[in-house]
Amino acid sequence: MSTGSPNPPATPHVKAMNCPGCGAALTLRSFTQAVTVVCESCHSILDAQDPQLKILQQFKKATDEDPPLIPLGTRGKIRGTPYEAVGFQRRTIHVDGIPYSWHEYVLFNPYKGFRYLTEYNGHWNDVSTLRALPTLNSFAGAVSVSYFGETYRHFQTAQASTTYVLGEFPWQVRVGETNDVTDYVSPPRVLSSEQSGKEVSWSMGEYVSCRDIWKTFALTGDPPVPIGVYENQPSPFSSDTKTIWTIFAAFAILVLMMIIGFASFARDEQIFHGDYVFDTNSRGEASFVTDPFELKGRTSTLELKTTTNLGNNWIYLNYALINQDTEKAYDFGREISYYYGYDSDGSWTEGSRNDSVAIPTVPPGTYYLRVEPESDFGHGMIHYEITAKRDVPQFGFFGIALLALVVPAALITWRSMNFEHLRWAESDHAPMATSDDGGDDD
Amino acid sequence: MTQPTANCPNCGAPIVFRWSSSVQTVCTYCKSILVRTDVDLKKVGQVADLPPNSSPIQIGTEGIYNHHPFVAVGRIIYEYDQGTWNEWHLVMNDGSAWLSDAQDNYVVTFAAPGRTLPPSTKVGQRYIWDNETYAVTTITNAHYRGVEGELPFQYWDKEDVVFVDLMSEQGKFATLDYSDETPALYLGESVEFDDLKLKNLRSFEGWQ
Repeated sequence: MSTGSPNPPATPHVKAMNCPGCGAALTLRSFTQAVTVVCESCHSILDAQDPQLKILQQFKKATDEDPPLIPLGTRGKIRGTPYEAVGFQRRTIHVDGIPYSWHEYVLFNPYKGFRYLTEYNGHWNDVSTLRALPTLNSFAGAVSVSYFGETYRHFQTAQASTTYVLGEFPWQVRVGETNDVTDYVSPPRVLSSEQSGKEVSWSMGEYVSCRDIWKTFALTGDPPVPIGVYENQPSPFSSDTKTIWTIFAAFAILVLMMIIGFASFARDEQIFHGDYVFDTNSRGEASFVTDPFELKGRTSTLELKTTTNLGNNWIYLNYALINQDTEKAYDFGREISYYYGYDSDGSWTEGSRNDSVAIPTVPPGTYYLRVEPESDFGHGMIHYEITAKRDVPQFGFFGIALLALVVPAALITWRSMNFEHLRWAESDHAPMATSDDGGDDD
Repeated sequence: MTQPTANCPNCGAPIVFRWSSSVQTVCTYCKSILVRTDVDLKKVGQVADLPPNSSPIQIGTEGIYNHHPFVAVGRIIYEYDQGTWNEWHLVMNDGSAWLSDAQDNYVVTFAAPGRTLPPSTKVGQRYIWDNETYAVTTITNAHYRGVEGELPFQYWDKEDVVFVDLMSEQGKFATLDYSDETPALYLGESVEFDDLKLKNLRSFEGWQ
């Protein structure tokens, strides 16, 4: 088409100018989008929209007082788009009289516009302005905002003042200007509102690791190690907690199914029974051996039950389960005692008349029991019955397995709760009056 | 698209309309502001030098909004305390729309006549239009700086104008334009630069 303008708009180029304050060379990296620009030599804040670069504010600070970690003019790709660092400011809040400062970087792309990075104690956030209004909720004193279905909890409201500026800003920046800043968190994201006058502007930050920032902008040296837990720092345990409890639940179901399986498939078969009397008045040899009995099938548990008619007395039974063919013996002793009576509190009993013991993994074969009873002399006859059962389901192992699973799950949960405690200790909603050990004075 | 042609009553240069419904255009040679009458073009004013502007969009930039191809045929430039911004007049197959570009924040809106509009308002005030609740987020006192290309109405003798921006929780956007005696409403939404699939953009030194 021949309708194009005869003089198409010139290709915007990075403007080279001179600071009216000190004469130093000055570049406008964001073309005409900058509203204010700060001279890097004399720190005059200049009107970037004015061809004469009118001085708006003189800002007396040593230029090297707070050097940006990302030097202005550095480019890096964020979500596939190249951005250039064009502006830098420090903002300071006071909590209980102690100043806390963070840094904000203004990033620019001539097609996509501005985006920001914030840095506090080595914690970084990638920030852009919101394109919809969040909804403010207040429920039972807890303030939160929702944004596209996600709930963000109120973290902190503070007055932030600009305490150091460098480079270009797409707004009227002034040192000393103060705004009410409120943060709402849903890690790894944070919604921030800034109130200036009646107008509120919203932005969303997403936590970025130091390492990613260093890689994005090809910065030299090692990235500083983040200090403490930051408001929207994703918990390294939150996914672990979920995973381990999922694993725990899966194993618990498995164990439960095994219990049900063992309980229904165990034969629980009686293979021996004998009635005996121990005469405590006799001084003769009391030990004896039982008739042999057959253990068939697979290796399994053998449950030996002893029932007595004890009354204010005890019996000690020295047992040996002996394989007739291999002479292999399983030795074990059982002490059974039962006492009862009355006192000022009423009736009491102690001990039990019966005893049960499981001998694990007994191979099949022909066995007999050697029994050696003992008790105090002269207490008359003690009647007792011995019953042996084969393939009896045992559940103790499953309890140990569940315990072994629950311990690491509980540990990770505890560490996760501890992380959340550290996060919220820095907020307006600290669980208790905690000592301020998280933030260093800048 | 028909392209009715005429000559500039001021300098005689050919004037070609990209859009048959354009009411006003600016002669690209002598910068005369021309208004269409029933019979010919009438010069109503003169555009002074436009302020330097680094919008990536220019007259002739093409794109797609919501499956509708468009071309930018004109613009109005305003100045406010954050610099300048452009309202690009987009022509689509079935009408026109506006692409606002303020510091590379892009919003597409359509004229929404026939609604009851407040004579004045304040920040935080809520309104419901087309079942969407909007809240006033900013009130901008702007200054008209100039026009370029074709516009769907006469717009040239303005000075200070007031714009009220509103947002919804669903990402919808509204503007109340108080530059005429009766306010005008525009409804639309914020858009991502990439989603507009723009072609024929300006280039920037040092950037692809």
